[in-house]
Amino acid sequence: MQKYVIFRVGQGIFTLWALTVIVFVSVRLTGDPAIFLMPIDASSKADYEAFQKQLGLDKPMVVQYGIFLWNALQGDFGTSITDRRPAMDILASRLPATLQLAAAGMGMAILFGVPLGVLSAIKRDSIFDKIGKIFAVVGMAAPQFWVAIIFILVFGAIFKVLPTFGRGGPDTFVLPAFVLAWSIMAGMMRLGRSSMLEILDSEYIRFARVKGLHERLVLWKHALRNSLVPMLTFGGISLAGLLNGAIVVEVVFAWPGIGRMLLDGVQARNFPVVQAAVLASGFFYIALSLIIDLLYAYVDPRIRYSE
Amino acid sequence: MATTTPNVLRAKTVDIGRLSGRLRQARLPWIPIVVLLLILVCAAFAELIAPHDPLKINVLNRHMPPGESSEYLLGTDSLGRDILSRLIYGARTTVIISFVSLLAGAVVGTVLGLISGYFGGWVDAVVMRCVDAALGFPTVLLAMIIVVFLGTGTINIILAVALTFWARFARMTRGDVLAVKTQDFVTLARITGVSTPVIMWRHIFPNVVNTLTVISSLLVGQIILLEAALSFLGLGLAPGSPAWGIMVAEGRDILLEVWWLSVFPGLAITIVVLAFNFFGDWLRDTLDPRMRQTQ
Repeated sequence: MQKYVIFRVGQGIFTLWALTVIVFVSVRLTGDPAIFLMPIDASSKADYEAFQKQLGLDKPMVVQYGIFLWNALQGDFGTSITDRRPAMDILASRLPATLQLAAAGMGMAILFGVPLGVLSAIKRDSIFDKIGKIFAVVGMAAPQFWVAIIFILVFGAIFKVLPTFGRGGPDTFVLPAFVLAWSIMAGMMRLGRSSMLEILDSEYIRFARVKGLHERLVLWKHALRNSLVPMLTFGGISLAGLLNGAIVVEVVFAWPGIGRMLLDGVQARNFPVVQAAVLASGFFYIALSLIIDLLYAYVDPRIRYSE
Repeated sequence: MATTTPNVLRAKTVDIGRLSGRLRQARLPWIPIVVLLLILVCAAFAELIAPHDPLKINVLNRHMPPGESSEYLLGTDSLGRDILSRLIYGARTTVIISFVSLLAGAVVGTVLGLISGYFGGWVDAVVMRCVDAALGFPTVLLAMIIVVFLGTGTINIILAVALTFWARFARMTRGDVLAVKTQDFVTLARITGVSTPVIMWRHIFPNVVNTLTVISSLLVGQIILLEAALSFLGLGLAPGSPAWGIMVAEGRDILLEVWWLSVFPGLAITIVVLAFNFFGDWLRDTLDPRMRQTQ
């Protein structure tokens, strides 16, 4: 276990390091970073040279990278070009919105995905099972940005039942969280259905039935408990993927999170902000995958010994 | 004696006879196949099929609802361009970008996977750490970084998408190579002095083809969704190009009045991805039932 933890943590750090190199090299590849990073009101040649010196652009590349990494480690990503705030402050103000949205989406996926998957296994080949399958299959194929727009049209504009814009009370979470969660919910349903079917076919369930246990007890206690493991594992793996979908969902629902900060930064060519958002979401993604892998290895000894 | 080659020395290739027999036996997924053929035909012959020029602006006919005029079956957009024609040309954009980036990712990933699995040692270690790193990045984010720093345009999107997917091919290929390279026919080929590139190409690669076909078909849907999302966010092709993601974005702000701008292209994406997913599932079940569990 210890060996596996060291290996996996090292791998996570390597990935994060590779991300910093990509960001660093990309900024310098596309041109003079002093022009990108310079405050908008500083335009004279003297300003430019002073700024170049301040960024350390007169030093060799390796030294520049060292400075960049050192600053990033201390949470200093530079100053936003548009409003002169430290990029880190903007990041900190946006982070809670994204984390709350991801949590709401995950909660929704588990709350609906698990029981729906179990029910479609129990009522196999019924109308319910068929509708459930369509729901799952469409959820995996429909683009999130389009589903979001259609929901805004249907629930926001036609029926006027749910808010579609920005972040406020619990009702503002419903649509964005559902759009974010649909494909994960779909995966959970399909996985839950197949694992439940497998378990219902097993010896011990047949034994429990033969023993005369109440059907409800057999299903919801004996069978469900064992089919939960693959579903929750899948949920864990998808958690990191939620950050992926968050960019699109935040843009469509005007959600003030990191995803929108990233796109706004991109459109304004606000490189310090882009750097901060990319490194922060990369960090979360890598850290989450790491935690899930370690938890999974802790639960399932086969993984930690296979490496 | 010298004229007959011992059986074991022949390269073990995909058994075409058995394979096509299995394909014939299986029930073909007709609906997805018809949808995919339709998309391919649209992409190949867009000029012949599309009733109008997808870029032709005609402000007098703007915002014409679908069904109102037989000339514009699915209506027109804010600049009076024909939606149906734009959808047909959009199929071409989708097919080109997704297939070229899939091909690029598959070639790079397969070659690296072959090398990594066959040689092992430090080569394997270096390639696999890069694979881990690539799989560790969120795909949309990685594609975004590339497009942001390199700029928009067809080539850059293809590059962005290929860079996010090559690692899956590398990892799967390597796994297959590890299983194949210890078999007798590879060892014998090596003993008889067959050169390394020939062993890799003639003796090992044919055994990986099945897996490659299955992952490719399962990944196409994801690639189309990624490309559409990038286009929607304005990180894809130039604004105004006939791409489905861009078309959805164009109708977003005026959805209430002119719903058909966003609804039809989104529907097109959903149907195509559905078709690819069903087709991929079927291909996996037919060619490689063992993969069911790993998916």
